[in-house]
Amino acid sequence: MEIIVCIKRVPKTAEADLVIDKTERDIEKEGLVFDINEWDNYAVEEAILLKEKYGGTVTAISMGPEEVNETLRRALAMGADQAIRLTDPGFEGSDGYAIARVLSRAINPLAYDLVLTGVQAEDDGYGQVGPTLAELLGIRHVAIVNQIEGIENGRARVHRELEGGLDEVIDLELPAVLTIQTGINEPRYVSIIGIRKVAQKEIKVLGLQDLGMKLEEAGEPGSMTVVEKVFFPPVGEGAQMLEGTMDEISDKVIAILKEKGGVA
Amino acid sequence: MDFELTDEQRDIQRAAREFAQGEFDRELALELERNHAFPKSIWKKACELGFIGLHFPEAYGGQGLGILENALVVEEFCRQDSGIGVALTLADFSSEVILRFGTEAQKRKYLPPITRGEAISAGAYTEPDHGSDITRLSTTAIRKGEEFVINGTKTFITNGTLADHFVVLCHTNPEADPPYRGMCTILVEKGTPGFQATELGDKMGIRMTSTAELSFSDVHVPLENLIGEENRGFYQVLEFFDESRIEIAAQALGIAQGAFDRALAYAKERRQFGQRIADFQVTQHKLADMYTKIETARLLTYKAAWNFDRGRIDPRLTAMAKMYAGRMSVEVADEAIQIFGGYGYITEYEVERFYRDTKIMEIYEGTREIQKNTIASSLIGKTKG
Ligand SMILES: Cc1cc2nc3c(=O)[nH]c(=O)nc-3n(C[C@H](O)[C@H](O)[C@H](O)COP(=O)(O)OP(=O)(O)OC[C@H]3O[C@@H](n4cnc5c(N)ncnc54)[C@H](O)[C@@H]3O)c2cc1C
Repeated sequence: MEIIVCIKRVPKTAEADLVIDKTERDIEKEGLVFDINEWDNYAVEEAILLKEKYGGTVTAISMGPEEVNETLRRALAMGADQAIRLTDPGFEGSDGYAIARVLSRAINPLAYDLVLTGVQAEDDGYGQVGPTLAELLGIRHVAIVNQIEGIENGRARVHRELEGGLDEVIDLELPAVLTIQTGINEPRYVSIIGIRKVAQKEIKVLGLQDLGMKLEEAGEPGSMTVVEKVFFPPVGEGAQMLEGTMDEISDKVIAILKEKGGVA
Repeated sequence: MDFELTDEQRDIQRAAREFAQGEFDRELALELERNHAFPKSIWKKACELGFIGLHFPEAYGGQGLGILENALVVEEFCRQDSGIGVALTLADFSSEVILRFGTEAQKRKYLPPITRGEAISAGAYTEPDHGSDITRLSTTAIRKGEEFVINGTKTFITNGTLADHFVVLCHTNPEADPPYRGMCTILVEKGTPGFQATELGDKMGIRMTSTAELSFSDVHVPLENLIGEENRGFYQVLEFFDESRIEIAAQALGIAQGAFDRALAYAKERRQFGQRIADFQVTQHKLADMYTKIETARLLTYKAAWNFDRGRIDPRLTAMAKMYAGRMSVEVADEAIQIFGGYGYITEYEVERFYRDTKIMEIYEGTREIQKNTIASSLIGKTKG
């Protein structure tokens, strides 16, 4: 079984103090901690689990600058067999569609049964790369997969979790793209043994030309959407800080709710 | 000159950080500390991933990496939790004496179980009457036929009640002149008749480690338990300290970084007088001083490790790294408590534990004063006392 897993290196923004950069279309990246996108970590683990169960190889692919090597090395240390880094100035500014197109060009010539991606990326949260990639490769896809039950005779049975506690089971023919939900497995820690094996593995680097792509097919020219602006929404008015003891605060809350018609 | 870590070293640092962040649970740490318990299950996992004894050669269960890689792991572990970090990174304490001086058979027997999480080691040098000065000892190992018979008492021995085997420094020739020319290091396994380990009881910090008194009363061990050459024991231990001081410096460095991380986060959160305490210039300067000290200690520690990995022994450099990192760590942890104010004094907020845990860095493996003696004598020539 040949498995490809697409991963992204993202800034960890959840707990950082963010600053908008000069273009006003992005955040200042200086000083932020970068790591593998959380969903992708589960996708890598799932790919390796499938390899351990069914044999074959895992290829990790990531688009981005040279620093992305760090994320690819991590996937290799976890157990991926080879890695491809897609780097080109022409890729910069790509939206989800353009990213999917670049990935599809890199994946197209490879032999594969499964392509795994994370459901979405922590930083831009588009959630469209997986499904778009499937369209561009002309293959099936299932999004938000939380279990891969089994693979037999070129078909896979996968689960999706729906609202209301429902579970959906899907049977589909391979090759296919599956976008992986967090919690599908318990990603392993990187071991020292794994890290030492990375030295013997190759990270292949491909650019626009290697993929036979034209300038207008990637980056901003190849994108369907343009980010106009990012900003912090103004702090809403109407918040009122109540002070005093617990009892005093409760009394004030009740008084306000009554006054505004919140309780009868 | 190149101050950059290699890709592999950064991968190792990151892996150690991820493991520590994932496994060193805060609540668990508080509980282990309260119960004076060794973090056994975390230690086993750390061994499975290859973190413990990664500087041993592959033939002896290690990863064939250097002291610098070990220091990076030690730093990350202690940064995440001073108590768990120290306990884990001392689990292989003194194994290096076997590694550097032992026979092939000793290395094959005693080292792989340490890296696999099946055994814990200890080194017994200090005695009740001989601490900083171990040029003279009371513990003797007298040759009788095919055996050594050991008698004496060792104290403050890390892992004393946990360890499976001990490297014990003894006098084999009590008549030697000077006395330190008549010492040997000898392996003693736990459970050998006449050997007993007794926990010393409450202590200021590193409570997840065992600190014990060992008593040897006619303990018989085979002659093959002698490590390396006869009468070289004292010199082996001095050389071992040259290596282990780097690890202690890394512990101190990690604990300081951990205390700093917490103080920085708190300073950005806590508000008084209508602003964040990080907005007071006094706090800013505190943080600037703390970080500068940490980075200075890091440079010394990494350099000492790098130098060792190049096959060079430099007692002055390792003594400077250990002495400075130890002092710096106590100062930084102290300042971290200050930034936390009253909360810093409460155990739940961690920094007081970091402070208590790091004080030992100025005491074990040679006190701060002994390190200064080493540094000074290398500058001036032999110093007195
Ligand atoms: C928690 C813990 C764990 C330990 N683990 C181990 C272990 O695993 N194995 C082991 O063998 N030992 C261990 N030790 C012992 C430790 O290494 C000794 O405590 C240390 O070497 C100091 O010896 P001492 O306590 O006898 O103090 P002393 O040597 O009596 O020193 C008392 C004071 O006098 C100063 N002093 C002594 N000589 C000089 C001098 N020449 N010039 C200036 N000042 C001097 C010292 O710096 C110190 O301030 C441990 C100790 C502790 C507390």
